[in-house]
Amino acid sequence: RAMELPPGHFPAARAAAVAVEYLRYLRGGPGSGLRLRELQRARRQDIDDVGHKYYLELELEDVLDKDRTVSCTAEVLYHLGSTTSAPDVQLTVQGELRSTEEADKEFYNRIRSLEKELVAENIPDSHGNVPPELEPIHLLAWVASGYVIWQNSTENTKFHLAQVKHVKQVKRNDEDLQFDFVLLLHEMVSQEVLPWEVTLLWHPQRGARVPQSRAAGAGS
Amino acid sequence: LQVDLWQPSSPIHIVEGAVADVRVPQNTTRSLLPFLQQANIQYTILISDLQQAIENQTAGRSHRSRRSLPGYNYEVYHSLEEIEDWMHYLNRTYSDLVHMFSLGKSYEGRPLYVLKLGKRSRPYKKAVWIDCGIHAREWIGPAFCQWFVKEALQTYQTDPDMRKMLTQLYFYIMPVFNVDGYHFSWTNDRFWRKTRSKNMRFHCHGVDANRNWKVKWCDEGASLHPCDDTYCGPFPESEPEVKAVAHFLRKHRKQIKAYLSFHAYAQMLLYPYSYKYATIPNFNCVESAAYNAVNALQSAYGVRYRYGPASSTLYVSSGSSMDWAYKNGIPYAFAFELRDTGHFGFLLPEMLIKPTCTETMLAVKNITLHLLKKCH
Repeated sequence: RAMELPPGHFPAARAAAVAVEYLRYLRGGPGSGLRLRELQRARRQDIDDVGHKYYLELELEDVLDKDRTVSCTAEVLYHLGSTTSAPDVQLTVQGELRSTEEADKEFYNRIRSLEKELVAENIPDSHGNVPPELEPIHLLAWVASGYVIWQNSTENTKFHLAQVKHVKQVKRNDEDLQFDFVLLLHEMVSQEVLPWEVTLLWHPQRGARVPQSRAAGAGS
Repeated sequence: LQVDLWQPSSPIHIVEGAVADVRVPQNTTRSLLPFLQQANIQYTILISDLQQAIENQTAGRSHRSRRSLPGYNYEVYHSLEEIEDWMHYLNRTYSDLVHMFSLGKSYEGRPLYVLKLGKRSRPYKKAVWIDCGIHAREWIGPAFCQWFVKEALQTYQTDPDMRKMLTQLYFYIMPVFNVDGYHFSWTNDRFWRKTRSKNMRFHCHGVDANRNWKVKWCDEGASLHPCDDTYCGPFPESEPEVKAVAHFLRKHRKQIKAYLSFHAYAQMLLYPYSYKYATIPNFNCVESAAYNAVNALQSAYGVRYRYGPASSTLYVSSGSSMDWAYKNGIPYAFAFELRDTGHFGFLLPEMLIKPTCTETMLAVKNITLHLLKKCH
């Protein structure tokens, strides 16, 4: 009952993007980032009274080590008539992701020991540059945008993080790092670039959490 | 009375008989000079207008770098002014191969420049139209148009394919279609997409220049709301930029055999239709041209492009330039969506300009040479 889809057609591509963003939220961090190298196969099943379910076979690559790839199978279920509920995503990653324990710990300690809270803007800048010391923040922005994109995707959207407009570290009494982001998300179908205010909490062992996110006021 | 001491480095070195250089604001001279005269201190005015001296120096420097084409850097993004200066330079320097002209004026009054490339080898030659920068924020587009021209002029003598192309065809290159929007993306909003026309009722600006063409205008995949990024405009060809190019393409429709429009980002080579799911009459020719072009592109660095009809590959949209060109009788109408697929998106780093343009050149040459053979 699952129909084979051409991977070059947009319905499969949109579902694959959701799966990758969800994975970025789950597994991303200041020392690692994943990106879709190829959508190898896609099937779709229309489930009465439930929604549309996509079965995907993906090849992902490590952003910081492009020769390193992993395979992933994903199921993305878009709920019927949904404007409020996020798609359900199930993933299985085959193969080893590079361990980032050292880099994560180093980053964590560096940020914790900053006297003044970190503030930055326009990552990348207009010409695509990211200063090396801000690359971990850029990767954490992907974790944050991964969550927001997963939560807000439908079959009629395809989001990408366009730019980190602003980021501000907020010192906390507990062990988490907190970053308040203003992220610009580009939505492919409407072609809008939309600002989102997103709070990200991150800890080297516990990973990431997004306690707060909202679409910011229009226009800048 | 305060002065800015330029020489010596510190007041403690000022002794009788020594020379001291100071800078003062212009109005301070009214009190300083009488004071020096009264104190019997000799003085000479070395620079009477420092601001002017600085301006003379800086103007000279930047002028020099704009003029030197060998020094023109094709691996950085250029402002509209720089691109226009570059076109003027080529027009003067390569007059046997380049002819620059204007199609009209943009909404904000800027000229709409086009470069006509090719050897004046015979009276009637077919032509290829290439435009870049219909959407302001897609900076890699204009970068590619400049790269194409550079390659044409630099390799015309040494590369048999390029020589064949410029001998048998004319190329109309429009490096920046949406000049007002492009300028705005440099000065105000890096993510601006549309033109900059003012709207009567809303305080939003601009029309999506790729939804404003007269082909199934403002149907699916375009918006009637002036504040939306896919706003189709109040009526087809409402934008002077679109109207000027449409007028030119209509006038030359018998001559122009291919229409190529460069956008970003998605890594796709698209052909009609965008406004409906249907197969074009000359599908076999166009599809095989696309297939070969994408393979040629991939041969450079292994980068994979998707290809197919825009409606199923990217999304349904109406009023696009590609569909209009096709409807107007241009047999090969393509839209490229250049690098990347979302990692940098519109903010493609300058160090990726060269590989992106190099691989895209292979695709464009491939399509052009395909065109010169018989399959329409």
